[in-house]
Amino acid sequence: MIAFWILAPVMVVAALGMVLARKAVHCALLLAVVMISLAVLYAVQDAPFLFAVQIIVYTGAILMLFLFVLMLVGVDASDSVVETIRGQRLASVLLGLGFGVLLVLGVAQVSVGTVVGLSEANAGGNIEGIAAVLFSTYFLAFEVTAALLITAALGAMVLAHRERLTPKATQADLAAQRMRDYAEHGKHLGPLPPPGVYARHNAVDTPALLPDGSPAPTSLSRVLTARGSTLSPPGSATQVERIGGSDEDVAPRDDAPEGGAGR
Amino acid sequence: MSETPFLVLSAILFTIGAVGVLTRRNAIVVFMCVELMLNAGNLALITFARTTGTLDGQIAAFFVMVVAAAEVVVGLAIIMTIFRTRRSASVDDASLLKY
Amino acid sequence: MISTAIDVLTAEGGGMPPLVEPGAAGSLALPLVLVIALPALGAAVLLLGGRRTDAWGHLLGTATVVGSFVCSLWLFLGILGRPEDERQITQSLWTWFSAGEWTVDLGLLYDPLSALFLLLITGVGALIHVYSIGYMEHDVRRRRFFAYLNLFVAAMLVLVLSSDYVGVFLGWEGVGLASYLLIGFWQHKPSAAAAAKKAFVINRVGDIGLSLGVGLIFFTFHTTSFDEVSALTSEASAGVMTAIGLLLLLAACGKSAQFPLQSWLLDAMEGPTPVSALIHAATMVTAGVYLIVRSQFVFEYTDAARTAVAVIGTITLLMGAWIGCAKDDIKKTLAGSTMSQIGYMVLAAGLGVAGYAYAIFHLVAHGAFKANMFLGAGSVMHGTNDDVDMRHYGALQKAMPVTFITFAMGYLAIIGFPGFSGFWSKDRIIETALAENLVLGLCALLGAGVTGFYMTRLMLMTFFGEKRWEDDVHPHESPKVMTIPLIVLAALSVFGGIMIAGDWIKKFLAPVTGEGEAHHLPVSPLVISLVVTVVVAIGVAVAWMLFGRREIPREAPTDVSPFTRAGRHDLYGDAINDVLVVGPSKQLTAGLATFDRAVVDGGAMGTASAIGGLSAVARRVQNGFVRSYALALLGGAALVLLALVAVSFA
Repeated sequence: MIAFWILAPVMVVAALGMVLARKAVHCALLLAVVMISLAVLYAVQDAPFLFAVQIIVYTGAILMLFLFVLMLVGVDASDSVVETIRGQRLASVLLGLGFGVLLVLGVAQVSVGTVVGLSEANAGGNIEGIAAVLFSTYFLAFEVTAALLITAALGAMVLAHRERLTPKATQADLAAQRMRDYAEHGKHLGPLPPPGVYARHNAVDTPALLPDGSPAPTSLSRVLTARGSTLSPPGSATQVERIGGSDEDVAPRDDAPEGGAGR
Repeated sequence: MSETPFLVLSAILFTIGAVGVLTRRNAIVVFMCVELMLNAGNLALITFARTTGTLDGQIAAFFVMVVAAAEVVVGLAIIMTIFRTRRSASVDDASLLKY
Repeated sequence: MISTAIDVLTAEGGGMPPLVEPGAAGSLALPLVLVIALPALGAAVLLLGGRRTDAWGHLLGTATVVGSFVCSLWLFLGILGRPEDERQITQSLWTWFSAGEWTVDLGLLYDPLSALFLLLITGVGALIHVYSIGYMEHDVRRRRFFAYLNLFVAAMLVLVLSSDYVGVFLGWEGVGLASYLLIGFWQHKPSAAAAAKKAFVINRVGDIGLSLGVGLIFFTFHTTSFDEVSALTSEASAGVMTAIGLLLLLAACGKSAQFPLQSWLLDAMEGPTPVSALIHAATMVTAGVYLIVRSQFVFEYTDAARTAVAVIGTITLLMGAWIGCAKDDIKKTLAGSTMSQIGYMVLAAGLGVAGYAYAIFHLVAHGAFKANMFLGAGSVMHGTNDDVDMRHYGALQKAMPVTFITFAMGYLAIIGFPGFSGFWSKDRIIETALAENLVLGLCALLGAGVTGFYMTRLMLMTFFGEKRWEDDVHPHESPKVMTIPLIVLAALSVFGGIMIAGDWIKKFLAPVTGEGEAHHLPVSPLVISLVVTVVVAIGVAVAWMLFGRREIPREAPTDVSPFTRAGRHDLYGDAINDVLVVGPSKQLTAGLATFDRAVVDGGAMGTASAIGGLSAVARRVQNGFVRSYALALLGGAALVLLALVAVSFA
């Protein structure tokens, strides 16, 4: 019961956090907390097999799938707090509260007298016990579950499949497109410049410098620029001067184009 | 080790999940809340298994997990498809089927 | 006065009216069937054959009616050779329908009454068919015209030959249909179409009387065949008999253009002239008289209905004469005269046993001379570019001598010039009327005088005086195919009186109408005849004074007496109908239409739009937001839970 009293508040808080968190990623992580806590509770209640399944299938597979889809859809997308359906939020909370109270009242009523415990059923081992029941009484349901899983896999494949409407561009097409872009818009033909390489910074968030000393925007990933988590070279330069106080401030200016070209 | 605290916890989690389904608009979050509700149900099932001293509750929880896995696969595929065509994962945006 | 006379009449009638007890047709079955089948077949061939029969359609139409006439003669001669009590024959064809206890056999009944009608219908009909060959020569729809005429003849023969009231009704409606088709034959004229519709609608009023009468007969006697009904009428109550009689009278009023359903006949003159001659003078309009005489076994048991018949006839004969005096249209004058003469027949039929035979006698005589005059009028119109206004005629006796001579024969017959057929027939009616009821008799006598006036006026304006026709009109005699029927009919007009020689017709009809000598007037019949002739002569003289000696203006004078004005307007029959029936009906219809629109439609549409409005509100629930639906789902789950918890706490 100690585990329960420790975990129960954690789970409730995590669940409430799930509902309240604005970023979907946070929701997923909080859900992971709830699930792992649940797994522990399963173990507490003499269900070691389900404890393992909960960790492996739910937390390991399903939740990772969620995160994967979140990455596809866009991690940054956070919900706006404005409710679009009038009265929905208030009604949901009130109804939820009422429902919860009723449910708690209901289950608190349930009393089956003495708790039997699973020590007898698990006498030959929990997994063996489950297997014995699963492959005898629930055999048909088990087989149907197999069919369900196959169908679900097929369905997901059908849903995710996208018809190709235009022929796939070949390498020659791409090259021709590049040349056309250059002819029409003067777009640079060659590869984009790499990030700047400095004495103390050579990460992808460091822009290269153009010959006139200004940062080259194309040397950075668009995503990093959008996030605003890039370093500005002049800023870094002053940092460097302040720390080192040597002549190194010249080096970035000379290196940057060379670094860009040298790569 | 009484069963009532487990059941009450299960009920609370279930209700929180339900409220989450009703208030969140991001389809993936809604889906996660549904998973939370399923898990709350599983907790109750496992508690009942211990209370009655048989393994049937655990079997039921097992089946719920399997079905949840299948459901997640298909549901996420649907969300992906909708996102691909509408550039939005909000459940309110998919509201064309109405009066 | 009337009642006393009828008291006497009933007492005088004495014994039972004759029953209808026909024998088997035997060898006469063939002509009995053929007489109807021939024209019916002709109509079918001409109507179904279409344009293929255009070339010879008129010849076939005429041939079938001539064949029908031959069959009629065959039948007539066939029963003439039999003893008096074996002259009624019947031939059952097939069971028309059988519903519960009611079985209607389609049967034919041939007796002296039918015999005279058959001769009249097929004889005059055949002559008019021949005449129509010439009259309708230039009409592109001549084949159709003959088809309708054949249809009419067949329907009329069904009417007079049927042995059952339902069969009579069949023929009754058939002639109504043919009449409608023929009045509106020139349907391109709006006036003809309107006249056809008017005739049809007013005839429906009469038909309601007939159908209700037949219904009441069946309700009372559980049969509608003449022989069975005639055997049972003596047992029915007087009230029922009166009701039946009045309903049959209503039917007769509709078909025979009697007051108050007279107004269609004048408009019916829009039809081609042979139609006016055949249907609206000689045959169909006399169907009412036939119905009353045929139903003598009903009318003999109801004094009230019979009195009504006589009164209606008298009113109509005066009205018709009045209208005839005022019209300038030659056909409408003749139509007024027809109304008047049928009024005589109805009056005679209303006089009971004493008058039935004279009604039929006048009917047959009138059929001949009025057809003669209508065809003569048609001949005149044929020669004057279809002008019908008598004020545009004048001095035609030289231009069309045959028409003039034959028309004159008809004229002399209708005014009752001694020796001509009309003299004998009308004389007998006036005489009987005077004997039965002085008022009715004096009215009939007055009518005779007026008849002399308006017919003389017609003759003078048409054939004598100065010529008043337009310069481009070149009156000419009609072709032989038209004049020969005129000559034959003129001969019949002259010699029709032979039927009364030795009271032949009375004895001949006795098996149908019964015998019951009416009481005699205190004065000799010769005196009556003399009085009638003098009255007619006065009428003729007045007409001569007014129209023979004076110039007749080409335009009808407008400063006329109220009497003339009333006559020109058909005694305001249309106005009265408008005020009494048409107006209220229209208002009722408008009210019902408004009710229908406002209440019925309003209710239906209101319910629909209310439901629609509610739905428009209710469907807002379906807002497409899956979260709203989920909220409702959770609400439902909460309710179920509430119920469960409540139960477990309770």
